[in-house]
Parts: sequence; structure tokens; C-alpha cells
Amino acid sequence: MFDIKDWLRRASWVDWFLLALRLLVVGVVGGGFVSGLLHPRYGRDEWLSFAAFGLTIGAIYALIALGYTMVYGILRMVNFAHGDVFMTGGYAACFSLLACKRMGLLDSQPLLSLFLTVIGAIVVSGAVAVLAERIAYRPFRKGRGLAPLISTLGLSFVLEYSARGMFGAQNRSFPSLPIIDGTIDVLGLVMPKTQLVVMLAAILTMIVLTLIVMRTKIGTAMRAVSEDQDAAILMGINVDRVIVFTFALGGMLAGVAGLLYGLVYKQVYFFMGFFLGVKGFGAAVLGGIGNIPGAMLGGFALGMVESLGPAAFLDGLGVTSPYQLRDGIAYTMLVMVLIFRPRGLLGERLSTARA
Amino acid sequence: MNAALRLVLSTALAMLATCIFPVLVGLFGQFVGKALVLGVIDVGHAMLLGIVFGFGMALARQLRSPASITLAAGAGALAGIALVLVAHLAEAANLRWMLVSMNPAVLRQIAYRLPLPEACAALGLAGAAAAAIGAGLVILPATIGRALAGAFGGVVFAGLLRELLSNMLNGLAGTDDWAFNYDGLLPMGALAAALLGALACVQPGRARYLRLPSPARTAVTLALLLFLLALPALTNDFVAQVMMMVCLYILMGMGLNIELGLAGLVDLGFVAFFAVGAYTVALLTASGGVALLQLNFFAALPVAIVLSALSGFIFGLPVLKVRGDYLAIATLGLGEIIRVLILSDMMKPLLGGAQGIVNVPKPELFGLILGTPTRLFYLTAVMAALAGYCAWRLQHSGLGRRWLAVREDEDVAQALGINLVQVKLSAYTMGAAFAGLAGGIFAGMVGSVFPQGFQLLISINVLAILVVGGIGSLPGVVIGAATLIGAPEVLRDLGEYRYLIYGLVIIAVVRLKPDGLSPAAIRHREIA
Amino acid sequence: MTPALQAIHLTRRFGGLLAIDGVNLTVPKSRIHAVIGPNGAGKTTLFNCLTSFVQPSSGQIWLNDARIDGLRPDRVATLGIARTYQNIRLFGNLTALENIMVGLEVMRPESLLGTLFSTPAHRRLVHATESRARELLTALGLAGRGDRLARHLPYGDQRRLEIARALSIEPQVLLLDEPAAGMNPVESHAMMELIGRLRDEYGLTILLIEHQMRVVMGISERITVLDHGICIAEGTPAEIREDPTVIAAYLGARAAKHGMDAVL
Repeated sequence: MFDIKDWLRRASWVDWFLLALRLLVVGVVGGGFVSGLLHPRYGRDEWLSFAAFGLTIGAIYALIALGYTMVYGILRMVNFAHGDVFMTGGYAACFSLLACKRMGLLDSQPLLSLFLTVIGAIVVSGAVAVLAERIAYRPFRKGRGLAPLISTLGLSFVLEYSARGMFGAQNRSFPSLPIIDGTIDVLGLVMPKTQLVVMLAAILTMIVLTLIVMRTKIGTAMRAVSEDQDAAILMGINVDRVIVFTFALGGMLAGVAGLLYGLVYKQVYFFMGFFLGVKGFGAAVLGGIGNIPGAMLGGFALGMVESLGPAAFLDGLGVTSPYQLRDGIAYTMLVMVLIFRPRGLLGERLSTARA
Repeated sequence: MNAALRLVLSTALAMLATCIFPVLVGLFGQFVGKALVLGVIDVGHAMLLGIVFGFGMALARQLRSPASITLAAGAGALAGIALVLVAHLAEAANLRWMLVSMNPAVLRQIAYRLPLPEACAALGLAGAAAAAIGAGLVILPATIGRALAGAFGGVVFAGLLRELLSNMLNGLAGTDDWAFNYDGLLPMGALAAALLGALACVQPGRARYLRLPSPARTAVTLALLLFLLALPALTNDFVAQVMMMVCLYILMGMGLNIELGLAGLVDLGFVAFFAVGAYTVALLTASGGVALLQLNFFAALPVAIVLSALSGFIFGLPVLKVRGDYLAIATLGLGEIIRVLILSDMMKPLLGGAQGIVNVPKPELFGLILGTPTRLFYLTAVMAALAGYCAWRLQHSGLGRRWLAVREDEDVAQALGINLVQVKLSAYTMGAAFAGLAGGIFAGMVGSVFPQGFQLLISINVLAILVVGGIGSLPGVVIGAATLIGAPEVLRDLGEYRYLIYGLVIIAVVRLKPDGLSPAAIRHREIA
Repeated sequence: MTPALQAIHLTRRFGGLLAIDGVNLTVPKSRIHAVIGPNGAGKTTLFNCLTSFVQPSSGQIWLNDARIDGLRPDRVATLGIARTYQNIRLFGNLTALENIMVGLEVMRPESLLGTLFSTPAHRRLVHATESRARELLTALGLAGRGDRLARHLPYGDQRRLEIARALSIEPQVLLLDEPAAGMNPVESHAMMELIGRLRDEYGLTILLIEHQMRVVMGISERITVLDHGICIAEGTPAEIREDPTVIAAYLGARAAKHGMDAVL
């Protein structure tokens, strides 16, 4: 129920400005979309393959977003180093595969080496996330304000440039896996096998996560802490353990994401965590921070927008090489969500007690 | 006794782990070839010994008894031997396919290429000595401890900043013959530095300075300032260049200080306004290509300031309503949006795309071309001084009080009639104006602008300056910029490792000294 | 004559809970009006609504002839409502003087150019603001403590500084949320006198929440009693003292048996 007279009575010039901004965004996107429809440039198959790629990359965003959302749900803190946890997962996966390859395992036992790679990525990322909690969060648990934010920012740089020093400044190429090379025909759509594998793996991981959060004792404790920390303490829940577990869980998901990213893009580099981290956070906010299904939805939505957006409306606006602006679309969307719908698509779920 | 043993072992383990880190990331390899004191010790080994030394101090702080010297020595010896063994193992395992800095040559250099038994003995002894001295500093009477610390500090300072110091001092006192040569600090120079350091620390300069009567204090401050200002003219272009960069970052630091330090707005997109300023000046003054007007630099600079302030205003208006940590992400997004836009083909006809804009002329004032680093330094210094004056006036004005009030408690401030949007927006806009000014100067200084130059790293640099210097304090900005921009500029070998160091320093400062390093922070203002 | 402050059928819902439910309140100019009620009765929510810190779900608020519900809190403040807080909320890292100057400068802001160039007019303005701030400090018995950080002041001084800060925006209506909380009888008596004096000197309309009955009965001219968000009684202290609904609801069965004075 929107009372326009009441709005006019209360509105200040800031509200007018925001209204104009809203209309501008709607106008640009809508105009581009309509004009794109009038001059179609892509066929059905192209759209479908854009969408498939969107879902693939969206799955990776979703896995990263889950880590942000779980930590934020409990601590109300943005973990700026989470993107770099993802990066360590990517490197761990890369080197696990390389090690398997050097031992000849990759050719003789491809599935076993893939399994070892998953374990490697999960363990390393989980460990780094726990370390991040120890270094950059625990000392500031009591205090509010900027200290934890700044210290995770510092940690993010330490992780990035340690990786650079250890593994080199160049992109490290991911060893190719013959079993998932090539394309596959899914319901008439020809898509790379890798994309299908990544999507399925991400969905499987999310199912496992849901089971952990909903069915296990520690998962219940997690939900309790994120609902009301003080009450959880009174119920005898060890909040410290829950927090460490949350970081570890988020780190493991980021590790899986790192591996999947490597499979899709065939390379890892030390700065990749920064961009993916920002997008993952964007996905978490888009879905509603603290909200686990929201993070999944947000990830997929962001992936789709990013992959369909350039073709859907930038082309229509006559922008030259619209794909260069893909990241720009993602960041703009992030900023717009923060401004106009900070509660996200599915709404926030935050701890009532401040951490 | 058991507890003592456990302490020794855990300390040794911590020492070992911390020593492996610089080797692993290649910092050690980068510096092992650079002499700290020529023929005595190189920077790489000094780093390792410094780590052991630090843990020795920590151990003594914990125990506060003379026995801690022995315990620390034991831990140091163990750590030294363990490091040799680890390096030996790593060499045998050959991990270069993964870890690029695990170079056999570097690994062997950890123990000075000695055979294993001698290597163990040498590093064990060195580790024991370093740890024991570290512990001793804490246990010994304060005066002796301070003198020793000063001596070590002096040597490290002189050795690391050798290039700058030799440039500066030789122009003044002819120190090149005995104190420095082209490769590094000579032992005699080290001795002199140690003596000076010890003297300075026995009675710290700050205490003595504070004891002076106030006119004398002003005189000392003025003399110091004049000396610093005269330095680039007296010495050479290298010094001028370093000081120019420091001034530029002071300028930006003061801008971010208004946003973060006074109004409490975490802005990680600071670089966006730096870019707006730089591109404005470049477009308005450059010749050829995408150039517009070919104005004089000093005519373009005000436009740059106004435009960046305006863009801060327009972006800040919607964004400043979001809460603290969301603001950090939103501004980070802004920085990236600007970079993506500048790089894109869409904006190429306007902004030059990835090729950037070249041929930005050097600033020219009444026919005097400010082309040399020294002249550019004076330009930057004057601008920084002007901006500093404005920042200082603002900080102590009603607006400054309103910023602080909003930072202290938004709700109460609003219930007191403060218009939050207006007050935050004014801070954000002024911060953007400072960034734009810095960007404009940067464009004139470098003579070209490229999109690659406007990375998030610049925002982080400025943030680190504030954190290290002390958030909310103007002298802190100067100190932060001098330590974080000046020092790495001088230690050119640091390269990209400087960001690693920044990260470590940020974490350490936030955790150990949340007020920053500035001695002049009048008020205790916590980051938390 | 229009009342200085009027709330008409004010309601605020938090989820399923009605924190205040159809509260009517009329405070004529220059009166001292108290709101009492057991914990959780909705008193602070009422204050939050009156200052626009939370928006009422329905109902209207009028300040003199202007409707103020739905306006931004800073607009409400500049229109003439100032408040203090139950748990003191000063700007802790500002000095006592600066705490007051912030409010004064909201009403008389300085120009940007004046600030930057320190013009004579600007210096006169700053000087005037500072001496006005010192006057306020003196009026509240805080003379000589202006240069101390607010968070270093003793508790009683902090309470009074908060009132001084509220006065700095020259309000017509002053909302005091438990001004005598945590004070001993001597101190609360002094606080009572202070409140009365402020009303006389500044012509203020004062609305206050208070738990100490001695304070409430001593200074207020009218009292509104809230219980579970509903206004259950309104009247003079004498009427409230005798009102059986109030005694039953507010003070419980024991008081109903022995009369109000048993629990005072």
C-alpha cells in the first residue's frame, strides 16, 4: 500500500534524486532490452549457451557467497579475505592436479586424482579460513567498528601477495582433464562437459551444505547462534566453536569454488580472489545477507545477469564490445542492490544480538 | 622444568615457522644479495635474525626473569638448526614446479653455502645470539636496553636507507669515502650509525623536544621543516622524486582522513576520484589524440577538483545511506566500475582506452616549466600545504565537529538536528576533491595517464597510510605517508612485496597499536 | 490554544507486537508532563515515535501547528523537539563543550568560506557560539568542566551534560528519558529542581519518563500511564495516585491492597 500523497509530504530532494536514479536505471536497461528485441542478433542456441555459462559461473559465485553469508549471519562482519580463501583453493586444486599428473595418477586413475584434488582444495581453503578467523577476527570479537574490517583487508593483501611470492606473478595454467573435455548434448543444447560437471558439482555441494546446516547438531547450533547469540550462549552452545566451524565450512565451499573456477577458466592467478570475492559478496547481498538459500539464488542470478546482460541490453544500446563491460554490469548491479534493496531478494537473516 | 622446555620448543617452532615464511614467498631471496653492512651481513639474513630477535624479546617479556636469556638462546639455536635442516630437505624435494622461489641457490644461501654440519653450527649460534640479545634487551636495565636497541635500529636504518642517506649526506658532509660506497654501508658507517642511534635513544628526542620552551619548540619545528624542504634542492633528483610521491600521498591521505578519520566513512573507491582528477587534467592539457582544450595545467587543476568533487557528490548521494560495511563494498564497486569504463572500447573515443593519454605537458607557471623532479616536488609540497591548511581548518570547525558527532553516534547526531546525508556527503565530496587534486597533479607530474594506473591498490595504499599513522590525525597522515610510501620507494628492491608488507603492517597496527604510530595524536580515538 | 505537542491515536507495531496502541497525548505549552508505566509498557517507543527515530504505524503527531510524523529525525529536531536517553548517549570522544557546540552550530551553521579563511565574521560567530556553550554549561552546573572529554565525566555530570546538549538546539519541547535513573534521593531531588527551573527559565514544554515516583509526583502537572502499549489513565498526580486501575495494573496486587503509598 503506497500512499503517494504521504510520500510527497515526506520527500526531500534526496528522495527525488533516488527516484530519478531508479527511473534512469530502469530506462537504460529497459530501452536497451527493447531495442535489442527489435534488432535481434542472436539465435536461440546462442541465448541458451549464454544462459548455460551464466549458470556455471553463477554456481561458483553462489559457493563463494555462501561463505560470506554464513559469516555475516553470525558475526555481522564482512570477511574481506574470503575471496582470497577461494584463491588458495584454486591454487591447491591446481597443484593437487599437477602433483597427480607428475606421479602419473592423472592418466591412470583420473577419478581418484579428481577426488584427491577436491580433498586438497577443501582442506587448504578450510585451513586458511580458520587461520583468517584466528588472525583477523578473534582479537576484535568484542569491539565493534572498523578494526575487523581493516584487519581482514590487510589479511587479504597478505594472502594475495604471499601467493604471488610463492607461486609466481604469472597465471598458472590448470592441467587439462581429458575425462571432462569436449562437449555434451543436453536436451538438444550442445554445451562443454566442464560446464555441466561444474553445475552438478556445485549443486551437489549445496545439497550437502543444506544437510549439514539443517540436520547436524553443529548446523543447528549455527542457526541458533545466527538467530540469537545471547540465547545460544544461555543454551550452552559453545559460540567460539560454532564460529570456527562456520569459517571452516565457508572456506571449504570456497575451496570447491576455487577448483570449479580452475576447471572452467583453465588457469589460476594470485589476484583472482579479489574480483570473485567482490562478486560473491554482491551475490550474498543480492540474495539477502545471512540467508543461505538467498546466497544460492543470488549467485545464480548474478551469473545470469552478467552473462546475458551484455547481449540482452548493452548490444541494444549500441555499445561497442559490450563483453568488456561484463564486470561493470556485475559491479553496477551490486551497487544498485546496496542502494535500493539492501535487504536482498529473500530478505536478511541476522543475529539479533550484535557480535 | 617441563614448562620451560615446552616454552623453548614452542618458541623455537614459532621462530622457525615465521622464518620460513619470507623464504617461501621469496622475500629472503630478493634481499639475500643486498648488503646491510658490507661484508658483515645482508638484508635477507638480517630479516631472519630480526625475527628470532623479536621472539626472544617476546619470550623475555612473558617471563621477566634473567633465565629467559638462556631459554631464548636455546630456542634460537634450535630454530637456526631446524631452518638449516628444512632448507636442506626442501632442496632435496625440489618443489620448484610449485613454489617458484624455492630456488636451490637461494636455499643454499640460507646457510651461506656451508656443508651441513658447519651450517647447523653457524645458524644455531647466530640464532642463539640473536634471541639472547633480544631477551637481554628486555631484562637489562632500561638505559642500556634503549642504547642497544638504538644502536641496532641505527644500523638497520642506515643500511636499509643507504641509497637515500648517502645521496643526502654526501651532498652535505662528504660521507662517501668512509661511511658508504656504491654497494652498501661500510663497517665504519655502521659503527657511526650505531653510535648515533644509541645516543639518540638513551634520551629520546621526543622527550627532549617536549621539554623545550614553546618558542624554542616552534624554532626547532621550523628548522626541521625548512631542512626537509631544502633537501631535494640540496641533494638530487632521486630524493626529490621520493619526497614528491610522499607529498602526493599525504595529499590523498588528508582527503581520506576527512572521510574515514572524521566522518567514519570507509571508502575503498578513493582511487575513482583520483582517476577523475587525473583524466580531467590530462584531457584538458594534453595535445593530440583525445585532447580537448590544451589548457594550462593551473587552469585545468581547478576543473579537476570541481569535477571530482561533483562526481563524489553524485555517487555519494545514493550510496551514503547504506550502512558501514556495505559502504566499503559499494565504494569498492565504484572504483572498479570506473576502471572498467575507462578501459572499455565504449569510452575509448573519449578517454583513450587501454592506451591512455600521453603527451600531458609538464605544469608551467608564468613561463617557468616545472619539469624537474625538484620543481615538481615544490609544486606538490605547496599543494599539500594548502590542502593541509584546509583540512586543518575543517577539522576544527563546526563541520568537523558534526563529522565527529556522526562518527560517534549517528542516531544521536540525527536527533540533535544534524542532517546525516548532508554531513556525510560534505565529507565524501571534500575527500573526493582532495583525491581529484592529487590525481590532477599526478597527471602533470607523470606526463601520461593509463587505466592500469588506477587500481584498487592506490585506495589500499592510502588506507594503510591512515591506519599506520593514526586514523583521524593530520600529523599521522604525514608519518604514515613517510613510512609507507617513502621507505619502500627507497627500498626499491621491495617491488611488489611492498603490498605484502602493507598487509602485515596493517594487521599488526590494528591489533597492537590501534591509535597508529603518530606521537601527535592529541586525543585517543579508537578505530574500534 | 493549540497544545505544544499532541499525539493522536499513535500506534506502532513490531511484527505481531503492538508496542504502543492508539495512544493519545496532549501536552500544553510550558507544562511538565510525565509518562509512567511498568517495564515494556511502550514508554521509550513512544519517545522514539515522537522524535521520528521510529515511524509510527499509524496516527499523527503535531508540534504546535505542524504535523511532524514521518519527517526525518533531524527535521523534527530542528522544528523543536530535543531528547535525552535512558542509557546516556553522549559523544564520548568530544569534550563537554564540543558536545554542546555541535547542537548550537546546527542552529547557526558557519559558512564554508568563513571556516577556510577565518574571516572576522566567522571568528565572531565562533566566539559567540563558544560563550553560549559555556553559559549552558554554567546553567546546568557544569562550569569549568567544558574541556574534559565527555566520557571522562562522572555519571551525574553526564546526565546533566546530555540535558545541556538537548537544550543547545533551542527546543520548544524537551523529552527526558529517565533523567533521575541511578541517582540517590538527594541527587534526584536536585534533578527535580533543575527540571522545574529549566521549564521556568526557557519556557520549555517537558515530557518525561521516570520510574522514581517521588520525582514524578513531585514535579509533573499531568501524568499519562501506559500499560502494554495502551494508555490506561491520565490525570493530575493526585488523581493518578488514587486511580484503582493504575494501582492494579501498574503496581500489582500488593499495592491494590495497601494503597499506593505502600510501594512508594
